[in-house]
Amino acid sequence: MDIFLIGLIAATLRVATPLILGTLGELFCERAGILNLGIEGIMFFGAFVGFVVAGASGSLWLGVLAAILAGALAGLLMAFLAVQLGVNQHVSGLGITLLLTGFSLFSFRLVFGEPRVPPSIDPFSRLSPLGETPILGPIFEQYALTYIALAIVPLVWWALYRTSFGLQIRAVGENPEAADAAGVSVYRVRYAALMIGSGLMGAAGAFLSLAQLGAFTYGIIAGRGWVCIALIIFGNWEPIKVLWGALLFGGVFALQLRLQTSGLQLPYEVFLALPYLVTIAALTVAGRNASYPAALLKPYKRE
Amino acid sequence: MIPLMHAIEMRSVTKRFGALLANDNVNFDLAPGEIHALLGENGAGKTTLMRILYGLYRADSGEIVVGGQPAHIASPKDAIGLGIGMVTQHFTLVPTLTVTENVSLGQAGGLAFDPKAARQKVADSAARFGIEINPDALVRHLSVGERQRVEIFKALYRNARVLILDEPTAVLVPQEVDVLFETLRRLQSEGLSVIFISHKLNEVMAVCQRITVLRGGRAAGTVNKSATTQKELARMMVGRETFGVTKEGARAQGEPLLRVDGLLVLDKKGWPALKGLSFDVRAGEVLGIAGVSGNGQTELTQALAGTLKPKAGNLRVGGRNLTHASPSQLAAAGVGRIPEDRHEGVVGELTVAENLALENLQDFTANGMLDHRRIRENAEKLIAEYQIKAAPTTRIRALSGGNMQKAILARALSRKPQVVIAAQPTRGLDVGATDYVRGKLLEQRDRGAAVLLISEDLDEILALSDRIAVIYEGRIVGILRAGEADAELLGLLMSGAKEMADGIKD
Amino acid sequence: MGLKIERVPAPVWVRPLIPIIAVVVTFILTAVLVVWAGANPLEAYYHFLIAPLSSRMSVLEILVKATPLLLTGAAVTFAFSSGYWNIGAEGQLYAGAVAAAWLGTLLGGLPSFAAIPLMIVGGFAAGMLWALTPALLRVKLSVDEVVTTLLLNTVVLFVISFLLNGPWRDPVSGWPQSPQIAESTVFFKLIPRSRVHVGLIVAAITLIVVWFIMSRAALGLRMRAAGLGQNAARFAGVNVERTMLAAALISGGIAGIAGVGEVAGIHFHLIEGISPGYGYTGIIIATLSGLDPLGVALAALFIGLIDTGAQTVSRALGVPAYLGDVVQAALLLTTLGMFVLQNYRVTLVRGEKRA
Repeated sequence: MDIFLIGLIAATLRVATPLILGTLGELFCERAGILNLGIEGIMFFGAFVGFVVAGASGSLWLGVLAAILAGALAGLLMAFLAVQLGVNQHVSGLGITLLLTGFSLFSFRLVFGEPRVPPSIDPFSRLSPLGETPILGPIFEQYALTYIALAIVPLVWWALYRTSFGLQIRAVGENPEAADAAGVSVYRVRYAALMIGSGLMGAAGAFLSLAQLGAFTYGIIAGRGWVCIALIIFGNWEPIKVLWGALLFGGVFALQLRLQTSGLQLPYEVFLALPYLVTIAALTVAGRNASYPAALLKPYKRE
Repeated sequence: MIPLMHAIEMRSVTKRFGALLANDNVNFDLAPGEIHALLGENGAGKTTLMRILYGLYRADSGEIVVGGQPAHIASPKDAIGLGIGMVTQHFTLVPTLTVTENVSLGQAGGLAFDPKAARQKVADSAARFGIEINPDALVRHLSVGERQRVEIFKALYRNARVLILDEPTAVLVPQEVDVLFETLRRLQSEGLSVIFISHKLNEVMAVCQRITVLRGGRAAGTVNKSATTQKELARMMVGRETFGVTKEGARAQGEPLLRVDGLLVLDKKGWPALKGLSFDVRAGEVLGIAGVSGNGQTELTQALAGTLKPKAGNLRVGGRNLTHASPSQLAAAGVGRIPEDRHEGVVGELTVAENLALENLQDFTANGMLDHRRIRENAEKLIAEYQIKAAPTTRIRALSGGNMQKAILARALSRKPQVVIAAQPTRGLDVGATDYVRGKLLEQRDRGAAVLLISEDLDEILALSDRIAVIYEGRIVGILRAGEADAELLGLLMSGAKEMADGIKD
Repeated sequence: MGLKIERVPAPVWVRPLIPIIAVVVTFILTAVLVVWAGANPLEAYYHFLIAPLSSRMSVLEILVKATPLLLTGAAVTFAFSSGYWNIGAEGQLYAGAVAAAWLGTLLGGLPSFAAIPLMIVGGFAAGMLWALTPALLRVKLSVDEVVTTLLLNTVVLFVISFLLNGPWRDPVSGWPQSPQIAESTVFFKLIPRSRVHVGLIVAAITLIVVWFIMSRAALGLRMRAAGLGQNAARFAGVNVERTMLAAALISGGIAGIAGVGEVAGIHFHLIEGISPGYGYTGIIIATLSGLDPLGVALAALFIGLIDTGAQTVSRALGVPAYLGDVVQAALLLTTLGMFVLQNYRVTLVRGEKRA
């Protein structure tokens, strides 16, 4: 296998990691009936909090943990608005994105001032379980968080389909009246789903600042949260299918990074835009048969 | 051994919804092991009272005693904990989950959910109660009767000692009703208490021991079945012995104005909901479409309203082919449409005047601009003519069901349509509004319009129709003249047990 | 004793008070950040709200800030009221800016009175064009417009980057900025010694037209019907798809005009980051206004005040100007909450009178 392909596969996994985490996070929210458009801001917030905590404590893992907690906290706010008060999910989600983006930037200024170059940190190093083994060695040379993200996919599947909590999530996302009548607390399940899901989004952000970049920049998320929203539709709200979506997008992204350096006579912005355009195209094909959770966007009120 | 106290006692329960007094100091008690009917017209407060008992509503005042102990029921979870189960009119099942998952939902029992073990438990329990269900079936693939069985089983599976059934027969054909009653009697003999909500006198007399009648939110009295008659119950229920609007005599009928031929329509999931359905309606007659809910009535209504496009077949109005016409083209061609769900017929947040103008907006527009004066005058005229209790500027969602339905009638009938499509026109209305709507429909027939009445209320069909077509699984399985129709024959047709040759229709 | 929460529709006079209460709540919540930044909240809010109104310069600056916001607010209001969730005003604004930068170098030969209207028409068309794909996907194939408009907001930034680093790069300085637009295409100043330009008038007229369409035109009634009850509107004969498409395209066009104003009235060439999120702020404004054009005007001016005030606070007290962004977003969320909470009354219940 040639170097190009091996590099591409390895990069695909790397690029896909935050998408996998973010998409699984969004999956939790949407299967419970809440569209969480806060994802873009929560990822940004997670990237920032993770970066600051890791820098201050000297522990990258503590940074990741802090990012997860920060995400869960944001999920709590989203739940208060969208579940408790039942306000419009589109607008409240976007509001959370704007709030967390603004808050992160505000805090960034207070902590770091106005540096000429983005502050950086010694990032996670990659694990190399297979060492110098040809082909597989470089492919398996990945961050621990990438392995964790991949392991979370079956875990989420198990949680959704093989636990009582997962059954409750699926029920409140499809027919909250039925879940309520069966004695399930719709609010509690939705709160929990939003907090867990948003925690995963926080982790996705921390991966970018603490592993992939080792720095915090204003454009660190660059619409990845919106891509996650699209990938859910593409993956028809199934954890395994969603993984394929994330890998596909990661693949296109990794490919464009390589094509940029391949000497093709195209402006590099074309490649940058490519994954987003591919996502829209994929959405157009997949979106027609999308089976939205029936209660998505519908607040539940008992009277 | 049956303890000598009430299984349930509700004392002076009062519940208001805004200005509406839904329950006014209602007292109700249920003895262990009895089937107790809660009888009343639509809007009498039966469902509200039971939703309070099941924790879906909170009473404003009053108390509930369960098994001798004062109970505080804030949610269905509390009710289930006290051994109370409820089967509501809108089934509370999750269509995308299996029967096992639906039954297990909300049952405490560890973090892990083992589908195999859960399935076994459900199957065993169903066998013990003698209830036939398939634990692996997805609920969305079940018929209405099967779903009801799942609902009843779900309550029993949670150790319900008291079962509330809200109008359980509304969705069943007569033969299925018999099966339900048998099941209830058997469960009763095993010690279950049942509260049976209904407005049908014959059913109440057939299956219950005691009957509590509600009227206008108040308890009109509780009687033993053995000591009462249907007549007495009817009087308690509506305050008079006979009621309702029925047609008078047969009329000479004219040409077919509405012809539906081989209509093929797919539902939202892409399955055929109407499978080559045909019938016609003549000038000056009411054709009733009878059938159990979910046999294609919704899709038929939508196809005739222009909101669902047929895949094949023809729809002709007065000879014109309108198969692929849009809602506004249909309205312009003289089709007055009354939707199945009132709230899908009017835009709640718009005013009465705006809603009344919406269907014929071109008449209220000049050069793309609205003529607000004409819109208001139109509204004032129709409000007076149809006795709608509202101002033109009222948001229409603030209207009562009856007034909202009158507004829909006004909009659909004001231009004297040659064809009227009325779907479930009196569902959920009180007696007065029901009479009004039925009277208006017969008025249309008498002025020579062709009226198609799609209703799941068999009494309504029998009262208004000149001919009755029965719909079953997306096809018309028989068309009868009003005189030939009786409940038993209709029941057989509605349940698919019998099909009549095409030749019978005239 | 316990809390009793009842649903009681708020009296009519409460509604106008909501934004005011929301503002107060927002400022109380965000005071924490001011303290964290080492400033006195009262002092900060003086600089935030009062100081900008006390000098001619900053009052005019509020109008400058409000100019694009009036337009994006109107754009979002227009789309939302038809039930089309156009989150893409940001991208459509950039599309309009690109058109302005292009036309600005092309129309130099025309006199102002011809060139400026053409710039506006061009920006409108460009915004419409950028809004076209998601709108068509929505009405023809039911593809969720929220996702597609959001993704296109990111894509447009790559388009700008391509133009500025490629064909339009300033040949002299080598900066990533497009050539200066011609004098005749510049939006002239309305008030001397300020940055207030004719775009403010354009925005005001646009808002009046939007108000007129929404309340007086048949399209407006169809839009509101589609937005408030899609199925009922369809039943009553409204062509929901066509109505939504029209609303989406007009909305995109209005957002495009905002981009023209920024290029032709403020920067005179296209640069990256020409909008600090005016499109998203438009969503805030539309929500604060309750989708009412008059409310849009008030909300846009208020957000303009906050934007200007954030700069003042930053200069005077060293509190990062991003405080303005936080305040805006927090204001959005508290307003959303207030709209719901106004319909509830919470009372303290004594004793055990619980059913």
